[in-house]
Amino acid sequence: MPLLLIVLLPLVGSLLPIMSSNERRSACTALAAAPVLIALAVALYHTGAVLDGEVFRQAYSWIPALDLSLAVRLDGLSLLFVLLILGIGLLIIVYARYYLLASDNAPRFYAFLLLFMAAMLGIVMADNLLLLWFFWELTSLSSFLLIGYWYHQSEARKGARMALTVTGAGGLALLAGFLLLGHIVGSYDLQVVLDSRDMIQADPRYLPALLLVLAGAFTKSAQFPFQFWLPHAMAAPTPVSAFLHSATMVKAGVFLLARMHPALAGSPEWLYLVGLTGLVTLLYGAYFALLKYDLKGVLANSTISHLGLITLLLGLDSDMATIAALFHILNHAIFKAALFMTAGILDHETGTRDIRKLQGLWRVMPLTAAVAVIAGAAMAGVPYFNGFLSKEMLLKETLDTHLLGGLAWLIPTLATLGSLLSAAYAVRLVYNVFFHGPLPELPKTAHAPPKLMIAPGLLLAALCLVIGIMPALSVTALLTAAGNAALAAETPELHLTVWHGLNLPLLMSAVALIGGVALYWQRRHLFAFQRQFGARDARRLFEASVQSLVHGTQRLIDTLENGSLQRYMLWLVITILCLVGGTLLGATELRGPLPLQPLDGLIIAGAGMTIFAGLATALLHRRRLISLLMLSIVGLMTSLAFARFSAPDLALTQLAVEVVTMILLMLALFFLPQRTPKESSAPRILRDVLLASAFGGIVASLNFAVLTRPLESISHFFIAQSVPGGGGHNVVNVILVDFRGFDTLGEITVLCIAAVGIYKLLNRLRLFMPSSDAEGRPWSRDRHPLILISVSQTILPLALLVSIFIFLRGHNAPGGGFIAGLVTAVALILLYIAHGVDWCQQRMSFQYQPLAVAGVGVAALTGLGSWAFGYPFLTSTFGHFHVPLIGDIELATALLFDLGVYLTVVGATLMILANLGKLTTAHRPSKQKDKEKA
Amino acid sequence: MEALFSMTTGVLAACGLFLALRGRTFPVVVGLTLLSYAVNLFLFSMGGLTTDGAVVIEGHGSDYADPLPQALVLTAIVIGFAMTAFSVILAMRARGDLGSDHVNGNRLDEPREESS
Repeated sequence: MPLLLIVLLPLVGSLLPIMSSNERRSACTALAAAPVLIALAVALYHTGAVLDGEVFRQAYSWIPALDLSLAVRLDGLSLLFVLLILGIGLLIIVYARYYLLASDNAPRFYAFLLLFMAAMLGIVMADNLLLLWFFWELTSLSSFLLIGYWYHQSEARKGARMALTVTGAGGLALLAGFLLLGHIVGSYDLQVVLDSRDMIQADPRYLPALLLVLAGAFTKSAQFPFQFWLPHAMAAPTPVSAFLHSATMVKAGVFLLARMHPALAGSPEWLYLVGLTGLVTLLYGAYFALLKYDLKGVLANSTISHLGLITLLLGLDSDMATIAALFHILNHAIFKAALFMTAGILDHETGTRDIRKLQGLWRVMPLTAAVAVIAGAAMAGVPYFNGFLSKEMLLKETLDTHLLGGLAWLIPTLATLGSLLSAAYAVRLVYNVFFHGPLPELPKTAHAPPKLMIAPGLLLAALCLVIGIMPALSVTALLTAAGNAALAAETPELHLTVWHGLNLPLLMSAVALIGGVALYWQRRHLFAFQRQFGARDARRLFEASVQSLVHGTQRLIDTLENGSLQRYMLWLVITILCLVGGTLLGATELRGPLPLQPLDGLIIAGAGMTIFAGLATALLHRRRLISLLMLSIVGLMTSLAFARFSAPDLALTQLAVEVVTMILLMLALFFLPQRTPKESSAPRILRDVLLASAFGGIVASLNFAVLTRPLESISHFFIAQSVPGGGGHNVVNVILVDFRGFDTLGEITVLCIAAVGIYKLLNRLRLFMPSSDAEGRPWSRDRHPLILISVSQTILPLALLVSIFIFLRGHNAPGGGFIAGLVTAVALILLYIAHGVDWCQQRMSFQYQPLAVAGVGVAALTGLGSWAFGYPFLTSTFGHFHVPLIGDIELATALLFDLGVYLTVVGATLMILANLGKLTTAHRPSKQKDKEKA
Repeated sequence: MEALFSMTTGVLAACGLFLALRGRTFPVVVGLTLLSYAVNLFLFSMGGLTTDGAVVIEGHGSDYADPLPQALVLTAIVIGFAMTAFSVILAMRARGDLGSDHVNGNRLDEPREESS
């Protein structure tokens, strides 16, 4: 039977309650309980075999590249927790049915609860570290939802946020720790990691990995100094507190310690870190539990204290201590869940949780009182109750520890002190509330709870007694199996009995119990002492630190992101300089082994002109028109450079684009100020010159370094395959339309999008039309010069013919869709310039937007067409045809693709320029017209 | 020749960057265009500088200039045009809507076009 069912049933089952209605509570409860019951049955089905020592492991591949598999295991340790989670979970579901108010949304509650349950089951059954972490984070998230269930209360929201912050941060630390462990071991498989103890502990990364894993465990289990979130999580509904904050979620941390015990424990670091943290938490929690007035506050601090006790036991360096820890996990879950349930009942039936207001309640709710007495006695460690057994084991083990060396006697002493405090607050909790005088005035008239609401508590109380009286019969097998997993060795034989004879641990127990009662009796001294300290609210501190963090980051963002484009450019450039400059510093020599090619006069003249024009563009930038003219020289020289270095396609493209760009920029300049005002300060100019020079230097060095080194190109494939595979002799064009056709499709799409964007930007743009240039000379009135008109009309058919020629021969000679498209566009634009927009629009009534889109469509359809013949996207084919008059020609489907490119380029270019040109003829008031009117 | 070529790219890149750091939109657009020339030349030269290479494949001549950078640069030129066009028209729109041609959208003491 697939083990994964145990996790998946509650996970999928969490959808069931949502489907039921809030009014029919019992049906909703049954829907929530059903998947849990089935999962419990599956777990019980495997129980016998696991108790006999079998370990079930099942794995399904999930993301093999990350070594993440959906691997689950069921060994003794998993089984202990699975039974706890499902068993107590079931009781909580029944209990919550009566606890939730009519105004609460029960389906939502059950859905969250089941989700949490699934996450928790995932943690304890995961057989892969990454999977374990995945479920770990899922518990943080689902517990956030559960704590914040009453999200209309500020307390609940803040408590949920704090819990998420602390446990979430711990989860990230845990991930880092797991990644380190995975790197050390070379696998994330849990079994492999557990078997690699020596390798892990010999590695220098052991200590950081240990610290990170412990950070995850300690935040989850509310260990000092992360304990502060747990009391605030008590804003959750009590069933949640009973389930998450006593039985399960906070136990995830100690579970992790037990799970990783075979791999990480046994070192002095583990002994001190885990042992001392546990000890401090044990005392801290116990002391504050005694001082709280809120029932749930007492229980929360007591939970912290007991978790500390378990951590202390896991830290101690003996096998028996680990068994005791597992035993106490079980015992604590049982009695604490029962106590939380009684606290919830009291709250529900009396309307208050304040210990000072509650007393003498056994008269109205005797069954509840019985549960509280039994669970309280277990918590205090009274013989014949389950808590006594594990506490006795603790006291015995502390006597044998090596922790603190010569001061080792401190450990049993402090452990006894912790037990004493525990007994004192247990007495206070039970005696004050249920006895201690007559029934007081209460917010609600107290009465006994519904039978089914107290039944889960009674069941747990009965378990306390069964385990306490007959430990050997009830839990030995389970503990032995769990111990085998946590120790990765045979558990020493267990002799769980109440009576071990008169010995030191028994004496310590007695001291703790009697001292506890005495302390309870004299507690007013303690309260008076505590009042001398100022009250410190962990939540306020936490909120303040979060706020200051937010303000700090806001200040940082304001500095970095001040809204200035110039500032962003600066940061970008500095980053480039640092990254690339740093790499260049690492190179031993700039010049590579290749010999330099000889210079000739033409090259020197060309380079000189390019450098001159480039510098002039920059230096004269405040006189914009001249700067623009210089820019066009750079463009032309670039085009010539392409021609000189055997790239005719590039030269043609660059030439055509240059023409279009210049026309565009001239048009734009017409609407923009003709001059740039002088506003940069001298230091700013100096800074920019320095930055730009550094950048140019780096580009030049990099370029030189590459050019003088031998080249390993992948192009030989394209050259070899161009004729046989692509049917074209012009490799550049074949690459564009065939080999890398998908890239080209993307590029024409971008071109089309840019053109559409420009079209929208120009929509309803109102710009001032200047009537004169920068020198104050009026623009020429002669809008359409005659010579230009005649020339443009003569050229148009010729240009179109040339573009068709260039287009058709593109596959075999320089040319192709891009160049042909640009030539066509230039010819049409010349027509616009000569005749004006109105004249052209009358004669060319079609729109350019559909043209550009149609181009992309044609290209995409050509690609899709190959699907129709069962080939991959954009596969091309070709053949030779004989056409009368023209002769043999070669046609490839790539030509159709190129047609798409051609249409897109023509459409996009004209969409940009014609629409921009339209602005000059818009019918709107201009100064010129106003003057004419006047 | 390699040194001179590299120097040219470097100077163009430096001039382009200097202009791109200016405060007004038009010099920034001109600077970006200049920068794209430099980048195209740089990218193109990654295939080596071939003199008198074959234009098309005739037989199996090995003197064909590396076609891959050429194909990349060809599309880069067209896309560069689209980018220039988009940014310059964005600049015009910004001036139309904000009344300023400063890249930060400042409405400082931008002198509106003198009315003559």
